[in-house]
Amino acid sequence: MFAFCTDPSTLDGLAWLACYLTTGKHMAFYGAFGTVLILLAVTAPTALAFGFGGAVAARSRVAPIRWFGKGYIAIVRGVPDVAFFLFFVIALDQAFEWLRHHVKCPDWTDPIRQGTDFLVCPEAKLPLGTAPQWVHEGYGFALAVLTFAIVFGAFAANVLFGAMRAVPRAQVETAAAYGMTPRQTFHRVIVPQMWVYALPGLGNLWMVLIKATPLLFLLGVEDIVYWARELGAAKTPRFSDYPHPDWRMWYFLSLLVFYLAFTRVSEIAIARLSDRLARGQATAAGERLRKETP
Amino acid sequence: MKLILSALALTATTTIALADGHSVVRMGTEGAYAPYNFINDAGDIDGFEIELGNELCARAELTCEWVTNEWDSIIPNLTSGNYDTIMAGMSITDERDEVIDFTQNYFPPADSAYVGLTADADTTGVIAAQTNTIQAGFVAESGATLLEYATYDETIAAVRNGEADAVFADRDALVPTVEESGGELSFVGEGVPLGGGVGMGVRESDGELKATFDAAITSMKEDGTLNALIVKWFGEDAATYE
Repeated sequence: MFAFCTDPSTLDGLAWLACYLTTGKHMAFYGAFGTVLILLAVTAPTALAFGFGGAVAARSRVAPIRWFGKGYIAIVRGVPDVAFFLFFVIALDQAFEWLRHHVKCPDWTDPIRQGTDFLVCPEAKLPLGTAPQWVHEGYGFALAVLTFAIVFGAFAANVLFGAMRAVPRAQVETAAAYGMTPRQTFHRVIVPQMWVYALPGLGNLWMVLIKATPLLFLLGVEDIVYWARELGAAKTPRFSDYPHPDWRMWYFLSLLVFYLAFTRVSEIAIARLSDRLARGQATAAGERLRKETP
Repeated sequence: MKLILSALALTATTTIALADGHSVVRMGTEGAYAPYNFINDAGDIDGFEIELGNELCARAELTCEWVTNEWDSIIPNLTSGNYDTIMAGMSITDERDEVIDFTQNYFPPADSAYVGLTADADTTGVIAAQTNTIQAGFVAESGATLLEYATYDETIAAVRNGEADAVFADRDALVPTVEESGGELSFVGEGVPLGGGVGMGVRESDGELKATFDAAITSMKEDGTLNALIVKWFGEDAATYE
């Protein structure tokens, strides 16, 4: 990076550190922080959408939809994350390829399963074998977002399902007395008021989601924990210009600081949002706000 | 007009058909097993297998692309088609051969060895080894207590901090680690010959690709370039081909 970095073995102290911390490998490490933040920014709303869908389905008056919603919540909440990430993603990827195979290569005669091999025609591969590396990485990232969304969506669905039922009964009855249809009641009365009940649960989920990002590496996305482990491992002079003993502790310490700072900022934001939502609500927090404002 | 269009469509299909099969060969590796494969300072994949693999691809006139994957799931990702080959210091064993196919070896059968803090460390005590390796299997059967780790680096760290009495791994990976530990680590006892050498893993259904790489490896063995590469990355003492 810097001009004086051409021969690191002659450097010491700060100059060495400046060169060491700006190697291509470290740049990839810093970039991985961006990956994690983008993943969170995309996953959180997607998971919330899945959760909302799941909660609505679980409340449905149509039995099969209700079974689907309740089944989704129960099954995904009951399966360990790691098992879900290892099994489900490969299954999902193969399901996509299987579908594409049947659409694109109807004339293909070889079996798809040959022993342990899973073989579809080259045109059905996802992404195509000829695609550049960034497409493969993007696809892996998208699979990661989808898997996270499904897992956290189930928990969010359970939280929202409970929150919808926590909206005071009198509100719903009043809406009915005004002649609103169940659909109107849902949109105008339940949904606007449920957030205050859902926020503590959703806030917890957000915290867990932040800390769950290292699961990314199981999906082949190189995240910050992967790079910290890789960079911190002892390096010998033969394979690196910057030999050092086992420094994993320092790298993990910096991750600890990052995660603590991030969750702290989140806590503050959630507390503010919680105050905002409590305004005008018939809850203890809403009542407190009402008394405070002149 | 219609004729031209269909003629165009026809040429398009033939080009696709020609480019079929393996236009880009994706090579899977671990990137954490120097000198076989590792990530260098620039953040790029580097090592003996990378240089060898690139040369093999050049000889076979293939376009190759490297992909890193965690060791634990490296075989399932090959069979499900996320990449087409494995070059990750993987010894050829009967158990693996049942699931995937191997080319001929490109690194001769080499010794595995124990490394401990002292030369008289207890090799029947607690032994660290990387999970799913031939060495882990050997330790489990030897009667010693096996401690498994996800990466090679962690097995070495386990010996350094006293969690394990010794680590059991490929001698060629251990040599630079021991040499550069400044006397902290030392080999324990004699080497143990294990496995049928290191080969390139391919899917069982991918006979054509296997034959292509087999031919390329043979040509590199014959003109001595493979031996030169082995000496370059593993030193003068490493086992080479006759």
